[in-house]
Amino acid sequence: MSLLDVNVNEFGERRQSLAESLHIDLPLLMGILALLATSLFILYSASGQDMSMIWKQTIRFAVAFVIMFILAQVNSNTLKRWTPYLYVVGVLLLLAVLIMGEIGKGAQRWLDFGFVRFQPAEIMKVAIPLMVCWYLSEYPLPPDGKRLIIAIMVIAIPFILIAKQPDLGTSLLVAGAGFFALLFAGLSWKVLAGFGLLGGAAAPVAWYLMHDYQRQRVLTFLDPEKDPLGSGYHIIQSKIAIGSGGVYGKGWLNGTQSQLDFLPERSTDFIFSAYAEEFGFVGVLVLLAIYLFILARGLLIAVQAQDTFTRLLAGSLTMTFFIYVFVNIGMVTGLLPVVGLPLPLISYGGTSIVTLMASFGILMSIHTHRKLLPR
Amino acid sequence: MPAITLKDHFRETHMFNVRVVIVLVLSLLSFLAVVVRLVYLQIIENETYTTLSEDNRFFISAIPPTRGLIFDRNGTLLAENLPAYNLELIPERIKNIDATIASLGEIIEITDADIERFKEQLGPSNRFKPIPLKTGLSDEEVARIAVNRYRFPGVDIAARLIRHYPDTGLMSHAIGYVGRINEKEMKNIDKVSYEGSNFIGKTGIEHFYETMLHGHPGVQQIETNAQGRSLRAFEQVPQEPGINLHLTIDAALQKAAQEALGEESGSVIAIDPNTGDVLAFVSTPVFNPNLFVTGIDHKTYAVLRDDKQKPLFNRALRGQYPPGSTIKPFVGLAGLETATIEADEQITCRGWYSLPGDKHRYRDWKKTGHGKMSLHFAIVQSCDVYFYDLAVSMGIDRMSNYLIPFGFNAPTNIDITGELGGIMPTSKWKKEARKAPWYTGETVIAGIGQGYVLTTPLQLATATATLSKKGKRMRPRVVSAMENANTREIQYLPPVEHAPVSVIDEAHWNQVINAMQDVAHHWRGTAYRVGKDAKYKIAGKTGTAQVFTLAQDAEYKENEIPKELRDHALFIAFAPVENPQIAVSVIVEHGGHGSSAAAPIAKKVMDHYLLPKLEKPAVKTEKAPS
Repeated sequence: MSLLDVNVNEFGERRQSLAESLHIDLPLLMGILALLATSLFILYSASGQDMSMIWKQTIRFAVAFVIMFILAQVNSNTLKRWTPYLYVVGVLLLLAVLIMGEIGKGAQRWLDFGFVRFQPAEIMKVAIPLMVCWYLSEYPLPPDGKRLIIAIMVIAIPFILIAKQPDLGTSLLVAGAGFFALLFAGLSWKVLAGFGLLGGAAAPVAWYLMHDYQRQRVLTFLDPEKDPLGSGYHIIQSKIAIGSGGVYGKGWLNGTQSQLDFLPERSTDFIFSAYAEEFGFVGVLVLLAIYLFILARGLLIAVQAQDTFTRLLAGSLTMTFFIYVFVNIGMVTGLLPVVGLPLPLISYGGTSIVTLMASFGILMSIHTHRKLLPR
Repeated sequence: MPAITLKDHFRETHMFNVRVVIVLVLSLLSFLAVVVRLVYLQIIENETYTTLSEDNRFFISAIPPTRGLIFDRNGTLLAENLPAYNLELIPERIKNIDATIASLGEIIEITDADIERFKEQLGPSNRFKPIPLKTGLSDEEVARIAVNRYRFPGVDIAARLIRHYPDTGLMSHAIGYVGRINEKEMKNIDKVSYEGSNFIGKTGIEHFYETMLHGHPGVQQIETNAQGRSLRAFEQVPQEPGINLHLTIDAALQKAAQEALGEESGSVIAIDPNTGDVLAFVSTPVFNPNLFVTGIDHKTYAVLRDDKQKPLFNRALRGQYPPGSTIKPFVGLAGLETATIEADEQITCRGWYSLPGDKHRYRDWKKTGHGKMSLHFAIVQSCDVYFYDLAVSMGIDRMSNYLIPFGFNAPTNIDITGELGGIMPTSKWKKEARKAPWYTGETVIAGIGQGYVLTTPLQLATATATLSKKGKRMRPRVVSAMENANTREIQYLPPVEHAPVSVIDEAHWNQVINAMQDVAHHWRGTAYRVGKDAKYKIAGKTGTAQVFTLAQDAEYKENEIPKELRDHALFIAFAPVENPQIAVSVIVEHGGHGSSAAAPIAKKVMDHYLLPKLEKPAVKTEKAPS
């Protein structure tokens, strides 16, 4: 009689559980709640026990939860109808940012609506997979060359607009979201290999087109020790924090790297390092396990989805989330260059939580709006 | 829709599921990479990173030692250390120093002089050391900075001990002062001993005894945050304070001597002839040494430097003056010893002297002449002609070679930095130093302590002390004992005796000393004015040193000559004659006559020192035995 299962009575009639009638997927919800709890816990320590930050983050969680809940109620057909509008509005907002965006952190990323400021790029994290999946699902898969090119255009336009802001991290991430939609849609491995080669050949061109600070990040990634007090400082201090955490960590509130301010951005992009310092290898394994659980659940939802659109969508949204996690952890552990991405659902900050929770809402909707046949 | 190809749902689902598996495997592999990375960072390299994080957190800092205190012979504190709050900046931790200083300037007053001094100390070698921007902050300033401190990483308030000389100026020339270590000194000092120290002895005793006064720094471990703000300190090795010095100088006597000189520029040295202990070491005008401790600004320094009376000039130690007639007792003794004259041999003084075959007249200070003169009265009345004749008869080399053992030429080796010697000329000296032959005319004036003859006040005082003890020569000294600041254990330093001045006939001492006694006590003596009322017997000699040479036949009229060209007034003395306790040299620059300007000052100093002792003759007020 668990809430997780679909109950069927002796007459073969389905009886809906509470979670099901609310269109909530309980395993996914559990994973999310575990992350949010972890977030508040480590944030309390990393913020220097600043309760106002905890409250702000809690309010963000609440708002994001409401959005997730609302999206979970939306039938995938309705979602499908919204998709082109959402995509077009998103692209227009990106253009607006480029034209009249105000300066935030030296780059134009924000739109200010007076009561709320947000990054239109965040919309694209959901809008691109939606658009690509919507487009591809109308036709037989795998897509033929013409459709593939159109799909790539769908990805490339926002990618270029975001990269121009310039926000390399987010632009790569939205491109990744679209890429996974293509991949799940059956993009042939030959084409993929071709892209790989093309990418390799394009690297010098990309280097030429990059902003100075982006080049600096790549250089710093390659050799952080070269500039220990300048651009290499973040990554060096992050590695020290993680490494000094050891197997069991220094204990909650006892991380010297984060408590004494040596770790920069310790409540936002580098919160993983603060976590790893205080909870050690064991704590990190637990966190990774939660992420893996969410990944597995998301992919399961994708596999169980009933039509091409929802299937592709569930798969690419889940993978977007995963890429997010991997890029952030890879960056703070020195495996990847510092691209400035938050750790999903853990880092302090609003917009990324809202978009992530929105995609979880879509995942839940996909899973709970299936038309199940009685056994 | 031209949907010719139909969707094959089964094939699509199969392909999708295969791709999900592939993606899942790739995801697991990438997580595995992360885990491997974490194993490397957190387990394999854990020790390395733990060390790095400790290095981040802690930094080893030196505890500067407390500088040794300086006391006078009676235990009066002359140099102490006062706590003061300093505003210090660590250049390495400040991105824009000028902007930081400008913002600090909005909170508390920071003068251009502060900034200038700060910039002077700003060098590539000490970027990690806190450099004081402003010293001696008031309580209000400390509070203002403390409230705004979060805005200024790398800026801190430090409680430090600052050298302070309580009796402003009294000891400025003897003790000297400490100041901030400059780049040049930085190269010469032992970096380890001076870790954390900002000050070093610059002049005087502070410089001479630097290694003892300084002490040895301790070590502490300080926990800091990323802004370099100290959070906690764990002391590991305590500092070793510097040695306390006990001086031979009597602060009260010093004060009396200084007051006796008044507004005049000059010098008074008083020495205990038995030990060489310097009882008073005065050079006027004085200056406030406290100005130099925290760093003097250019304007104040310029005022001191350009002052016509030269307050920064240590006359007692470095002033080279013609001794004038004060040299006469020594020349007289040389005459007796070299058998150039007999004590009762008389010559006639007509008021002038001239060399055979030369028309130039060397004048006596008494135009009418002294008449028939023996050595005794030549000293008592300070007859110049007698000594012109004696010097010429002796010859410059014999005379000088006899006087040099009194210490007239070389520095006395007193334990104060920066001493200069004098000149007791010989023909060899002139050939080497001036590349010229010696002329007999120069011997004439050397006989009355003019011409090339130069002595420092300190040399005059030590020579007088040697004379008073009939040849026993003590090295003058200002430090008699050293005290361990922790154990309070006092180590007394034995007086140092130089090779004595030996004489052929002991009676010669008495002949000269008797003459000097009559200088003060015979009615014809040039210092009778100070000697007649004395409660003890004084032996002295007045002197007047020419600052410029009068034209032949010109007359020296004191009132018509500008002050800076007037003669220096000198006086040397010791007392009591029968058991010398104090030897004094006094120089009053442009003071006129030794008898009127210098001798009364010496009298006051001797009175101050001797009268209390004479009232209680039973108590021997010698310093504790060594």
